[in-house]
Amino acid sequence: MAIYVNKDTKVLVQGITGSAGSFHAGQMLEYGTQVVAGCTPGKGGQTFAERVPIFDTVAQARETTGCNATVIYVPPPFCADAILEALDAEIELIVVITEGVPVLDMVKVNEVYQSSKSRIIGPNCPGVITPGACKIGIMPGHIHRSGNIGVVSRSGTLTYEAVGQLTELGIGQSTCVGIGGDPVNGTSHLEVLEAFNADPDTHGVIMIGEIGGTAEEEAADYIKREMKKPVAGFIAGTTAPPGKRMGHAGAIISGGEGSATDKIAALEAAGVRVAPTPAELGTTLKEAMASS
Amino acid sequence: MKIHEYQAKELLRRFGVPTPIGHQATSVDEAVAGAEKLGQLPVVVKAQIHAGGRGKGGGVKVVKTIDEVRQSADAMLGMMLKTHQTGPEGQKVRRLLVEQGVAIRQELYAGLVLDRASKRVVVMASSEGGMDIEEVAAATPEKIHRVTVNPTVGLLPYQIRQLWFAMGLDTSLVRKVTQLFLGLYRAFIETDASIVEINPLIITDSGDLFALDAKMNFDSNALYRQKTVLEYRDLDEEDEKEIEASKYDLSYISLEGNIGCMVNGAGLAMATMDIIKHVGGAPANFLDVGGGANEEKVQAAFEIILRDPAVKAVFVNIFGGIMKCDVIAAGVIGAARKLDLKLPVVVRLAGTNVELGKKMLEDSGLSLTSANDMLDGAKKVVELAAARK
Repeated sequence: MAIYVNKDTKVLVQGITGSAGSFHAGQMLEYGTQVVAGCTPGKGGQTFAERVPIFDTVAQARETTGCNATVIYVPPPFCADAILEALDAEIELIVVITEGVPVLDMVKVNEVYQSSKSRIIGPNCPGVITPGACKIGIMPGHIHRSGNIGVVSRSGTLTYEAVGQLTELGIGQSTCVGIGGDPVNGTSHLEVLEAFNADPDTHGVIMIGEIGGTAEEEAADYIKREMKKPVAGFIAGTTAPPGKRMGHAGAIISGGEGSATDKIAALEAAGVRVAPTPAELGTTLKEAMASS
Repeated sequence: MKIHEYQAKELLRRFGVPTPIGHQATSVDEAVAGAEKLGQLPVVVKAQIHAGGRGKGGGVKVVKTIDEVRQSADAMLGMMLKTHQTGPEGQKVRRLLVEQGVAIRQELYAGLVLDRASKRVVVMASSEGGMDIEEVAAATPEKIHRVTVNPTVGLLPYQIRQLWFAMGLDTSLVRKVTQLFLGLYRAFIETDASIVEINPLIITDSGDLFALDAKMNFDSNALYRQKTVLEYRDLDEEDEKEIEASKYDLSYISLEGNIGCMVNGAGLAMATMDIIKHVGGAPANFLDVGGGANEEKVQAAFEIILRDPAVKAVFVNIFGGIMKCDVIAAGVIGAARKLDLKLPVVVRLAGTNVELGKKMLEDSGLSLTSANDMLDGAKKVVELAAARK
């Protein structure tokens, strides 16, 4: 079952004719994802990789193919428009890969998002994958293995690190969700945890957070109250100086808020086993599972 | 991106926010000319650097004569101004703002910032102006009032009145303060700001409102559409290595340690710094080479890392996903050869074609140490750096 995506998910690719969009659409097809449509305004009627029809608008793609998920590779200046178009077409799952979207654009998108029935993941994220069934995004498919551990993270490469370690230990994943490194994003850590908690195929979770904001603290609060499954965690940025943006727009300690120490303390207080180093994500999860 | 106080005031005036009249100066003579142009005393001489807390460090002087303007300008220009935001060596003062002195009846605080929890802009106000707002928040949180703005309708006059009445201030000023806050909000939205902070916002003896200080930071993701803001960029205030890195689309931040780091992905780059510290070392930088770590980018990253004389060893930590490890290895080897690299370099590769990549590093004949995982790599690089002290 897993969460958000499975073998029946029908995917639209917005920005399919751009360099990132076309490359990753090819990778997704190779993985076995059902890529059913592409969208590039002005290129409607063309075909991608000799089998995927391209449409001018998201609404046309939705109507013709019945796609229920979209992945967005549109450049930052046009990204908010692309997300709003997908919301308007009532696509159930909207995965936004684009990095560098202006924050105030996302503030506006969020208003429309709140009154919609869709789910947004990202922006500035690697995407979501249910190993062996459906890959939506830019993650390397082959490092994953089908199984029962859910992974949720703000960071792309750190997710791969966790997945790589799990797979090496022979532990498979139910679904891996990259929620993105921006200050205003769609789905939060907490919402993904709720989904994993309700998913019978997920038996344990790795949650990777980083400095900035209070999303990890809110997730810790939820874990303490509701989580029925063991959780292993890691927070990146223990050594990051305050006031400096660490690559991700969201990763900044400001106004005494968002330090790694506070987040680790909150997670530990909620019963999360926190990995001492990022090299021990897999083994820490294994310990958490064994002691539960 | 940050700008100077005088630039923030210039910007805010365009949105109808009243500020004292002032002139910027880069020499003593300009400072004196600026004071004479104001035609009134006292005046305030303010050092312009991209850091707060200037007053406590001797960067703000109220003076009563033109002679004193000359003296304080002379003392400030070229000084290394140290504040709690500059770091221990301070920041060199290259510019001054010479501004009319105003008689202050009351000092307030106004701030606009993005609230990540509500995903909206929040407007804050406090009667405790002129102090560090973090201290106010810690000591007397009930004295900070806030309203959250619905972006569809923008900041509304009634919300400003809520703030004003919550502070219990002079009701005859409501019209003026409404104009001022609406101006601040428009400035925030139209310039893609990430912070607008007026501390203090003052009420003068004559019942006028002025932004006596002004701080604005901007969303770097939005600079492509903010030409005016970009013109305010002052490269003198930024780290030379960080400027160079931004040319190659590398995300780089200087730190105090001696181990250079080159990593792909911001999260992994932060985690790499953490693991170095965990095994007893100190990272010299944060560096994210991004997704496509090709030879040109790797070379540029090495060059930037090596400009820091404190660096004793380099840790390359790459998780090759879509990017194959053999391609990354070729990039590292090419860059090391071109730069005639003498420092020890530890390379940890993971992901696609990792065995091939490792073999290429071993066969290269360069002094590259291969690591099995992050922890192994961190231990090795810390040992190598310690051996070179």
